[in-house]
Amino acid sequence: MANSCTFRIVLAMVLALFAPLPAFAVNPDEVLSNPVLEQRARNLSAQLRCMVCQNQSIDDSNAELARDLRVLVRERLTNGDTDDQVVDYVVSRYGEFVLLKPRLSAKTVILWATPVLLLLVGAIAILVFVRTRPSQRAVAALTAEEQARIEELLKK
Amino acid sequence: MIIEIGHYALVLALATALILSVLPVIGARRGDAAMMALAPTGSLVLFALVTLSFGALTWAYVVSDFSVANVWENSHSLMPLIYKYSGVWGNHEGSMLLWLLILVFFSALVAVFGGNLPDTLRANVLAVQAWISTAFLLFILLTSNPFLRLDPAPAEGQDLNPVLQDFGLAVHPPLLYLGYVGFSVCFSFAVAALIEGRIDAAWARWVRPWTLAAWTFLTAGIAMGSYWAYYELGWGGWWFWDPVENASFMPWLAGTALLHSALVMEKREALKIWTVLLAIMTFSLSLLGTFLVRSGVLTSVHSFATDPTRGIFILCILAIFIGGAFVLFAWRAPMLKAGGIFAPISREGALVLNNLILTVATATVLTGTLYPLILETLTGEKISVGAPFFNMTFGLLMLPLLVAVPFGPVLAWKRGDLLGALQRLWVFAGLSMFAGLAFFYIQNGGPVLAIFGLALGFWGMIGALADLWYRGNFAKVGFSVGVKRLIGLPRSVFGTAIAHFGLGVTVLGIFAATTFGTETVVEMKQGASVDVGGYSLTYDGLRDAVGPNYTESRGHFAVSRGGVEVADVWSSKRLYTARRMPTTEAGILTFGLSQLYVSLGDAMEGGGMVVRIWWKPFILCIWGGALVMMAGGFVSLSDRRLRVGAPSRKAKPVKARLEAAE
Repeated sequence: MANSCTFRIVLAMVLALFAPLPAFAVNPDEVLSNPVLEQRARNLSAQLRCMVCQNQSIDDSNAELARDLRVLVRERLTNGDTDDQVVDYVVSRYGEFVLLKPRLSAKTVILWATPVLLLLVGAIAILVFVRTRPSQRAVAALTAEEQARIEELLKK
Repeated sequence: MIIEIGHYALVLALATALILSVLPVIGARRGDAAMMALAPTGSLVLFALVTLSFGALTWAYVVSDFSVANVWENSHSLMPLIYKYSGVWGNHEGSMLLWLLILVFFSALVAVFGGNLPDTLRANVLAVQAWISTAFLLFILLTSNPFLRLDPAPAEGQDLNPVLQDFGLAVHPPLLYLGYVGFSVCFSFAVAALIEGRIDAAWARWVRPWTLAAWTFLTAGIAMGSYWAYYELGWGGWWFWDPVENASFMPWLAGTALLHSALVMEKREALKIWTVLLAIMTFSLSLLGTFLVRSGVLTSVHSFATDPTRGIFILCILAIFIGGAFVLFAWRAPMLKAGGIFAPISREGALVLNNLILTVATATVLTGTLYPLILETLTGEKISVGAPFFNMTFGLLMLPLLVAVPFGPVLAWKRGDLLGALQRLWVFAGLSMFAGLAFFYIQNGGPVLAIFGLALGFWGMIGALADLWYRGNFAKVGFSVGVKRLIGLPRSVFGTAIAHFGLGVTVLGIFAATTFGTETVVEMKQGASVDVGGYSLTYDGLRDAVGPNYTESRGHFAVSRGGVEVADVWSSKRLYTARRMPTTEAGILTFGLSQLYVSLGDAMEGGGMVVRIWWKPFILCIWGGALVMMAGGFVSLSDRRLRVGAPSRKAKPVKARLEAAE
């Protein structure tokens, strides 16, 4: 655990691009015998953050805490929880911080709205620009100087 | 002594940069030719001084002069020579010096190849470059001086971080910085244009090659970094949406938008103000990336607070340049003559769509990266924004863009014919769909929706070929005439087609690798076998080995297919002696475009080893596509005829300049 985290911190500090480091996620002894449940566990694990790492999911992390969470997720799934129930349970224990994709709420509304709003505003701005431009354009007459230049060029 | 010369050269560089920041601007205002002529000469002097300084530090690394604190902290006498060279920028101080070196290198390039720019524009551009140089020179000299001495000098260094002892470090940062910092030229051109209050199509033609060069290098740098992470980190991931990655990806997205909007401005004189804004934003994102990576604010808000000198300094640089540029923009942009018109369905319309999507995508990545930081600072609440968020939002934004890419080049300028474009492209779209289906059928497995993803990749590739097909008019004139027609086309046409083709290759690689890849985690004892991706791997036990500055345990695997041994692969766990730091060296076997990736886990009781084996089909397409995009960039850069459409009074000088640039 210390290993993975120190690595990550060092690397983030150094100019290179990449922080996630040697991570030995799921171990053979954790894997569930039911492949469907195991697949669900993997999908869920990828959505949950390793709390003591930087931007790593529990699926990727070799930290002790991540392992505990992976086992927890698998236990809940074996006990018959739905995916949502598992996530709710983990959030109730560790808070929203554990979710790598935050839920839409008052504090994340700007985050989620940015792409949508910007796309709308941009599209409207372009439409307005396209619609109004030609008329403005027609109004803008040539200056005397420009007119003279055209005549000069035409003579050539 | 050499170290002190290096230090002194940096101080002289600061003095030069200060002079260069002021006099050419005054010269440009007064029309004083002598003062303006100072700009190119001064930029060359500045470049020479910073090179000298950089050379001095490199020398200290090569001879392992541990009396220099920076060398002591980041080097070791036993380290292989190549890492002594690349170790120069494998630390904060050295990497800032590399940043600066590349910045003044670009100024020098503008000085040398900008001989045919109008005098005032060149003087202003170089002065703006000098402003940035001054800021970073001050930053290095005041907060990050690599030339500090230690007394007494230690006998041995502390070694370079083992993760960085890799060829990747030699290539990745220089390429990345060439891209990142290359956008400074676009920024300087934009600010210079705002200062002069004049902007036209010629400006776009001058800026385009610089944008193209920076974009090409940044593409290479990001791809190289991604591949480095892939093979070094030992678990087969290649993109993590890490804030540090996002920091380099945002300028790339904005730079891609700039590349396309500059095209519209050059050909149609439209989008002028937008292009200027985009040029400012692109470099602002480069600066922001530098801040995010350099200040340590990403690692933890708290580590930033404990030693905030550097962070606050870069934050000030950020505020002054970004803020200043935007204020200048707000003040001056309304005075610029508005650009031409465009119809929604036209080549420029398609490029505007490209700009809209890329800008929103950039903003999405920016919000996602900064949101947790800002939220925590303002409210103390902690949330995480990670890969699942970015995959969803960014992915959704990219889908329409990828569908639209092949339409752009087949639409005409001014007024395009969407129906005509559809008629021309539907055969190719059908082909792509068929290719996606066939690919899916042959690979056998994965969710059915992946067919569309694969088809999207083929669509990018086939669409690029379709563009060339119609430009050659092969259907009507036959093959040989078509080829002749193609040869006669400007190289930028090929550049576009090649880059778009490369994009398709990358997209195909992403979908193929994620859809058909497999992961196998097993505990293996000596002699045990496991089947992965049609190959059978037999574990042959661990051997100990000693490297120059590390010891390692190497696991040996024999790889066979259909009972015949086809290859063998070593995967190892290393311990770097000086730092007592373990790393993994994954064993990677390449079969065509696919790879088998073997990584050692922990030793289990009873002599077994946890082994992780990934089958990564077509994974090389991801970086291969980026290489193709890069090739497209270079082909486009070599286009002389790009300038032929210039207004006649500008045509000759600009053409001459480009020839010189080649």
